[in-house]
Amino acid sequence: MSGPGLVSAARTPNASQGAESRMTRALREASIAGALAGVLGFFFLALRTDIVTGGLEVTTRWGLWFTAIAIVFAGRLALNLFWFGHSYGAGKTAGRKITRLLPSSKIVGRVALAFALILPFFFMVLFPNRDRQYIDLSILIMTYIMLGWGLNIVVGLAGLLDLGYVAFYAVGAYSFGLSAQYLGFGFWTALPMAGLLAATWGLILGFPVLRLRGDYLAIVTLAFGEMIRVVLINWKSFTGGPDGVSGIPKPTFFGLEIGRGSGSFGDVFGLPYEPIHRFVYLYYIILALALLTNFVTMRLRRLPIGRAWEALREDEIACRSLGINTRNTKLSAFSTGAMFAGFAGSFFATRQGFISPESFTFLESAIILAIVVLGGLGSQIGIVIASVVMIGGIELLRNLDFLKQIFGPSFEPAEYRMLIFGLAMVVIMVWKPRGLVSTREPSATLKEKKLIGADQIAQGEGH
Amino acid sequence: MTTQTQSLYRWKDDPVLTVEHLSMRFGGLLAINDLSFEVGRGDITALIGPNGAGKTTVFNCVTGFYKPTEGRIVARHGKGAQTEAVDHATRTGKRWHKSGEGAVFLLERMPDHEISQKAKVARTFQNIRLFGGMTVLENLLVAQHNTLMVASGYTVGGILGLPSFKKAEKAAIKKAVYWLEHVGLVDRADDAAGDLPYGDQRRLEIARAMCLDPQVLCLDEPAAGLNPRESADLNMFLRYIRDTHGTSILLIEHDMGVVMEISDHVVVLDYGVKISDGDAAAVKNDPKVIAAYLGVDDEAEIDVPEVRQDLSGAKGVPHE
Amino acid sequence: MEYFVQQLINGLTLGSIYGLIAIGYTMVYGIIGMINFAHGDVFMIGAFISLAVFLVLTTVFGVTFLPIVLFLALVVSMLFTSFWGWTIERLAYRPLRGSFRLAPLITAIGMSIVLQNFVQVTQGARVKPLPPQIQGGVELMSGSVDGTTINAQLSYMQMIIIGTTFVLMVAFSLLISRTSLGRSQRACEQDRKMASLLGVNVDRTISLTFIMGAALAAVAGLMFMLLYGVIDFYIGFLAGVKAFTAAVLGGIGSLPGAMLGGLLIGLIEVFWSAYFTVEYKDVAAFSILAIVLIFMPSGLLGKPEIEKV
Repeated sequence: MSGPGLVSAARTPNASQGAESRMTRALREASIAGALAGVLGFFFLALRTDIVTGGLEVTTRWGLWFTAIAIVFAGRLALNLFWFGHSYGAGKTAGRKITRLLPSSKIVGRVALAFALILPFFFMVLFPNRDRQYIDLSILIMTYIMLGWGLNIVVGLAGLLDLGYVAFYAVGAYSFGLSAQYLGFGFWTALPMAGLLAATWGLILGFPVLRLRGDYLAIVTLAFGEMIRVVLINWKSFTGGPDGVSGIPKPTFFGLEIGRGSGSFGDVFGLPYEPIHRFVYLYYIILALALLTNFVTMRLRRLPIGRAWEALREDEIACRSLGINTRNTKLSAFSTGAMFAGFAGSFFATRQGFISPESFTFLESAIILAIVVLGGLGSQIGIVIASVVMIGGIELLRNLDFLKQIFGPSFEPAEYRMLIFGLAMVVIMVWKPRGLVSTREPSATLKEKKLIGADQIAQGEGH
Repeated sequence: MTTQTQSLYRWKDDPVLTVEHLSMRFGGLLAINDLSFEVGRGDITALIGPNGAGKTTVFNCVTGFYKPTEGRIVARHGKGAQTEAVDHATRTGKRWHKSGEGAVFLLERMPDHEISQKAKVARTFQNIRLFGGMTVLENLLVAQHNTLMVASGYTVGGILGLPSFKKAEKAAIKKAVYWLEHVGLVDRADDAAGDLPYGDQRRLEIARAMCLDPQVLCLDEPAAGLNPRESADLNMFLRYIRDTHGTSILLIEHDMGVVMEISDHVVVLDYGVKISDGDAAAVKNDPKVIAAYLGVDDEAEIDVPEVRQDLSGAKGVPHE
Repeated sequence: MEYFVQQLINGLTLGSIYGLIAIGYTMVYGIIGMINFAHGDVFMIGAFISLAVFLVLTTVFGVTFLPIVLFLALVVSMLFTSFWGWTIERLAYRPLRGSFRLAPLITAIGMSIVLQNFVQVTQGARVKPLPPQIQGGVELMSGSVDGTTINAQLSYMQMIIIGTTFVLMVAFSLLISRTSLGRSQRACEQDRKMASLLGVNVDRTISLTFIMGAALAAVAGLMFMLLYGVIDFYIGFLAGVKAFTAAVLGGIGSLPGAMLGGLLIGLIEVFWSAYFTVEYKDVAAFSILAIVLIFMPSGLLGKPEIEKV
């Protein structure tokens, strides 16, 4: 079951239906889709409830409704005529061919790494006016790449579905935020502590729940994630409650502050201070952290522990029959992943200078998980691609000001970010259920390295 | 063939594994009822019985996947029954006891992963459980997990890339290649295990279990789905394992050809109860066994030539 | 005592709503073994449709007879929400049937994000308050504590909610146990491949399951709107998690279990808020979820699972 899955895609055209021309069929299906859109959209597009003095009021927006129906009709028609007709039956193989055509992940990885290393200067030279914004966006994307790589250990390698990953991100952020507030810790002191604390929390939360099956585990981890957030909101005396923690210090460069004044980085190195320095410095910190995550993951994959994680994803029962202590193995994956989230969390705290429970909602976990799954479970480079596409893509929406000229000044493209994000999740998943990069590189070879196709790889479906 | 040279019941004198008064209950269903039998050291022991007799349940109890409702399962390293050591362990509530004679393990007290790691009882599965998305070689390396874990200094040394770990990994690959040679899969070492044909998967699973250096190898229907040629090769391979590595083999099998040809000792189960126990010749002439396979009363006189032939499992009988 | 009785009634009311949502989770899980993550948001959709119908009838058409308004809101909302349920299954889940298990869970999360943001974009992010429509009730008992009078009252609204739930629950049980649809559903639960070989239209059965789940969620949506008098695009998430907890607590796959679990979760939440702290009431629900899954994963009325080796 794969391939394009929009409404009634399952009806394969065949010769026996010859009486009905393709056009008629396309028209009929487009009409059904349009009608459905009309039904679904009626109470949301055609009608709108708003608060007015004295209660609620309903206004009608027939234009919007008809436009939506027309768009769905036309879209469905176009899909039927130009897309489905060509790709029937090719759904599964098409995806694999694309991955085969891509140059080996090693080359892609090296090029990406080289680009990542020069990226701030690239932006500074090419976009001197917007460099700060672009570097900031790069920092954001890099944070998600790191989180994706961390979660990949848990979900991609060990096959443990974790929907509460953001909890460890929060633990990392708050352990720096609070230690800065109460103990005056700096970023570099707090960083290892944040990782350690998050890993410990990984052990504590993982211990009781890791024997649960796939989706039960998912829902319990979700519950834990929410619990930590609720505690952060309500433990006002310690965490600051919904107001969060502010005034979190910026990272220093071997004790030198990146800022103005004597004794600062610029002062010592004889550089005039510019605000961009801070961004560049933050960028390199998160790049280093992300690369550390990647390096450790790649190393672990080639070690017995990493192999055991993957074996666990493939078949837990077989693992037990081979003398692998599955509980400890799962815990090690869970807490290693948590540790990287902790690092990323403390980076987040220092970058923002302010943290509050708002930043650690379930949506955040869902986004990270989506990046891992869409990138292709277990694939490091896939996660990079997915982060750039999903995070970069939706952030770009903020800049599409020309849309205002089309849809009027009240149109806020940024409002549609999450809507488009969700749609992209659904569409990419239906199009390529195995993610963008779905081959697996073996961890040990005897003679010749061969990539393993997605159809063989299990996804940790529990018992 | 070494079978007929020793005493008839030598499995009682030198049992590598004993199952004593084993019962297993699922809700209201009594799957195993007071079952006792021995697996002799260096023997190939077959556990046979009609469908639903509880054979796989016995395996699952022995290998720790189920906790038996009642009973004791003892695995022994070293010669003899080691009765004192067994009693000592039972009394003191320990999971195992090591003595000058060897070591005894009370399997019903041990979690599954300890059974394969410490008691050295390895198993395969009826519905093959390979790591399909990993290569053949990786499958065999996973089986050496515990050895490699220690060698990698529980990962720390491995991350640092210590030479001792590299050496251990080389040795592990060497061992894997040794077994791959014996199952004829060296050329496919770098292919995904899930891509192998069925027969190769069966053999790979046995090779993987052998990478644990087991004392007892439990095989759940190893010949299922094999053609006669593959089946004959399998027999040779099992004998090789037993003769060269001294591994005792306990197998569940439906293919009477395999059972009668290679087993030194056959235990017959029906509805969770042992109905016959002895060497192949004794069992195949046991009227109770014939009755169980035919589904008639114990008392009824049976003389159906085809059935006898099937049970005696002449090699020519096709089993497709 | 009066306080206790009042909380009991409140808990049962809230629990009925959770129970109605939980049925949708439990049926879908039973039949295709997936957590329909978007189901909480289908409930939210139902609430919004109910609100719109309610307002159209009262402000545009000027219908003032409340029972008619409520009845129409119920019927229209059930109908339109069913379409949503059907479409979601058709677009996001069916193409992935037979694919690996994570895929539909991811599309379900994606769908949940889509629904929330669709409603936020089209209806605005602000909450929609609706003044209480049904007032009054029956006083059950009265007493005084420290000089203040405390009444235990069963309001008409609560009667309507509990009554509707009860009627629907009975109707539903009959539907599942007596009709061929119910039979196909149970057949698909047992073994989908076999059911399809025996001539059960599996796709249709699954579609109908989603439709029924959505219809019940719509009922819950209307009840929720009447009970709290305020809805927004985000109500689906928490209600969804709690209803899922209810389904698990009752034993996932079991309809009476879902209802029982819903009532228990409602009671626990209300009593927790009444006697401990309101702030941590969600933690209570989440803890129960974790505890139940860890210590009795088959729930109260579910069948225990034997690990197949």
